[in-house]
Amino acid sequence: MTPAAIALLLVGLGLAAWFAARGKARSFARAPDGRPHSLPAYHGWYVALWAVVPALLFLGVWSNFSNGLIYQAVIESPEAAALPGVGMNRQAILGEAYALATGASQTAFSPEARALAPVYARAIAFYSWLGLGVALLIAFAGGAWSFSRVSPHFRARTRVERTMMALLLLASLIAVLTTAGIVASLLFESLRFFALVSPLEFLTGLHWSPQIAIRADQAGSSGAFGAVPLFWGTIFIGAIIAMIIAIPLGLMSAIFLTQYASLRVRAWLKPILEILAGVPTVVYGYFAALTLAPPIRDFGLWLGIPADSESALAAGLVMGIMIIPFVSSMADDSITAVPQAMRDGSLAMGATKSETIKKVLVPAALPGVVGGVLLAVSRAIGETMIVVMAAGAAANLTANPFASMTTVTYQIVALLTGDIEFDNAKTLSAFALGLVLFLVTLALNVVALRVVKKYREAYE
Amino acid sequence: MSEAFDTVDPTPTDWKAEAMQRRIRQRYAAERRFRLIGFAAILISAGFLAFLLVTMFHDGAQGFVRTEIRIDLTPGQSAMIEAGDHEGALRQSGARLFSQSAWLALRNSGARLGPVWLPAADAIDVAAKGEGSAAAERTYAALRAEGRTRTGINWTFLTGSDATDPTAVGIWGAVKGSLLTMIVTIVLAFPIGVLSAVYLEEYAPRNRWTDMIEVSINNLAAVPSIIFGLLGLAIFLNVMHLPRSAPIVGGLTLALMTMPVIVIAGRNAIKSVPPSIRDAALGIGASRIQVVLHHVLPLAMPGILTGTIIGMSRALGETAPALMIGMRAFISAPPGGFSDPATLLPVQIFLWSDEVGRGFVEKTSAAIIVLLVFLLAMNGLAIYLRNRFEKRW
Repeated sequence: MTPAAIALLLVGLGLAAWFAARGKARSFARAPDGRPHSLPAYHGWYVALWAVVPALLFLGVWSNFSNGLIYQAVIESPEAAALPGVGMNRQAILGEAYALATGASQTAFSPEARALAPVYARAIAFYSWLGLGVALLIAFAGGAWSFSRVSPHFRARTRVERTMMALLLLASLIAVLTTAGIVASLLFESLRFFALVSPLEFLTGLHWSPQIAIRADQAGSSGAFGAVPLFWGTIFIGAIIAMIIAIPLGLMSAIFLTQYASLRVRAWLKPILEILAGVPTVVYGYFAALTLAPPIRDFGLWLGIPADSESALAAGLVMGIMIIPFVSSMADDSITAVPQAMRDGSLAMGATKSETIKKVLVPAALPGVVGGVLLAVSRAIGETMIVVMAAGAAANLTANPFASMTTVTYQIVALLTGDIEFDNAKTLSAFALGLVLFLVTLALNVVALRVVKKYREAYE
Repeated sequence: MSEAFDTVDPTPTDWKAEAMQRRIRQRYAAERRFRLIGFAAILISAGFLAFLLVTMFHDGAQGFVRTEIRIDLTPGQSAMIEAGDHEGALRQSGARLFSQSAWLALRNSGARLGPVWLPAADAIDVAAKGEGSAAAERTYAALRAEGRTRTGINWTFLTGSDATDPTAVGIWGAVKGSLLTMIVTIVLAFPIGVLSAVYLEEYAPRNRWTDMIEVSINNLAAVPSIIFGLLGLAIFLNVMHLPRSAPIVGGLTLALMTMPVIVIAGRNAIKSVPPSIRDAALGIGASRIQVVLHHVLPLAMPGILTGTIIGMSRALGETAPALMIGMRAFISAPPGGFSDPATLLPVQIFLWSDEVGRGFVEKTSAAIIVLLVFLLAMNGLAIYLRNRFEKRW
């Protein structure tokens, strides 16, 4: 039976249990001797939960467990005696037989597999029916036992609500699990990488060429994992070029929207800025690579600077535009949070609006703006598609914005595409880069949130 | 104190004086300049957006139409068609004029004899749109002079999947992949997100555990998307051995990414329900769970849904995590289920942008238009929900 059919069956059982228990509870709800503790529907839920949840748990355990039993049954069958001994071949035949038995493939390469397929199919059928039978037994047992407990004084609601609370807690633990999963997976693969390449070389080396030669006598056969050019490229594009665009434009946009624009103008312009943040990054990347990069290269050549067709400037420029709404909304929040009294005081002294903004509002809002900029930087350095499409692959350590430059995120994508094996430094280095990226963005976020929070407290 | 006071010039400021007037004029000019700079900043941002959209629509509009060429089937060709040799029949009329998918169009048209319109080859198509090579331009001009060309809607683009020939590519495979992935994402992220938001906002005791949950949710919302891709690769593919390139893995990965967004939006929505509602429900004997399920959640739902749609629209445009879990393969048929190899709309855009053919430029832009239309529709729905159902207390 397919998982969907089993799920449907269990849902049906649960529904039946729900209606049966509610019916029973209704019958005593009409009884003259006092009011029962719980509404009939809660009795229904209580019995339905008992009918479905234990059976589901059993099926979950069984699906992990039964593969081993099936394998054992096949190995011990008389047909398996013809199998070759331990080795690749044996596993390949078993795999083929499994594919035949489940219908995943129609033809098999080896005759042994064809002989083994019916055995496999029998074992699978036997154990899946066994599992289903036990699950149904558990469902009926759970349902019957809980049904027998339904009585006027039984506190069904309390129990159902306790289950509900457990579910809520479980759901909120998923976030912690995800964080733990990220840290664990990055750390685990990074440690394997650092067993091959020393962390010092990784963090301070100036040469990055992860290609590992197939033959040992080729040049650069070991690969070079000095990540400084990647860090520089990431900082140059995300924290320098993009911020040169995003900070003035975002800040001035926020000032205009909060201080000068009428309500109607603001109602129109703010959503337009937000659209800018909602455009997918792959679209920005395509735009940077196709529309902006050629004129930028021509401009660089016209200036007499060596320029590549993929340049840090094109990627950084577009990234800056993408970040504008982010900076603008953070600045907007912190400027509006400045107490009205400070603004009024300045205006009352005869300062013009722009003088008030420059001398009073912006200095007062500065911590919030700085926090916003830090958040923006963390978003820019984690940005992937724009640099993948527009910044290039060459690990150049240069300050020439017209040169091709590569970033941490670009290299992660490049290292993990195509056929990958998890046993060489080239693949594992992507996880080390991911770990660095994760830690840096985490630190930026923590600092930024702290700055913003402190600033908010100062004016409350 | 009095000394300092004495040093101030007691004569009143002469506002009419020439120097003072000049200073005031300068200050007002600076004021106007500053205001103009602010306006210019907004204008630059909006102008860039307009430039981007205009470029995409200008390039992409061409992707939805195609050039078709008429051929008049001869009895000989008719016989070949009867025998099932559509490609052979096309070769008689000059195969290089037609798209690689033309024989399919011929078969589906059911034509046997006489005139039939078939999609033109990439070179001719590009020439018809004004950017082809000189040779292709000449061929096109000759065909046009004979009245054998026309422009029609490119149905293949709306119903097909990826292909090597730009005239044969379609977007449906990627749209379907995105759709399946989004279904997995919302089925996982919405319940988990709402339940966590309810727990954190309504029931969670103030202790170290709760703090840990809150910190991890806030951090997850700011983790770069590519890190989620690494997580998907390491956990879902390498540890759990789920199928590569499948919507189920993409959906799982994107769900982990979307969940914190839904939690944060959900908490804000729940927080904005006034406490008097809870007090009233508790006062007439509702249990704490009943208060939330019957009163708080229904009132917070518009806000939660708005946040969910915004989170989903972000997930729909996400490319980097999908690349990490292998959704960048060449897939020439729409996925049939959640565990079939699939590609996503943004990934398809990325893949086509890497192709060299001129025909792919318009197809990439056309795919971008499709993606933007989806996103616009989702955000429009979110804004509508917010305006229509959100209550201000």
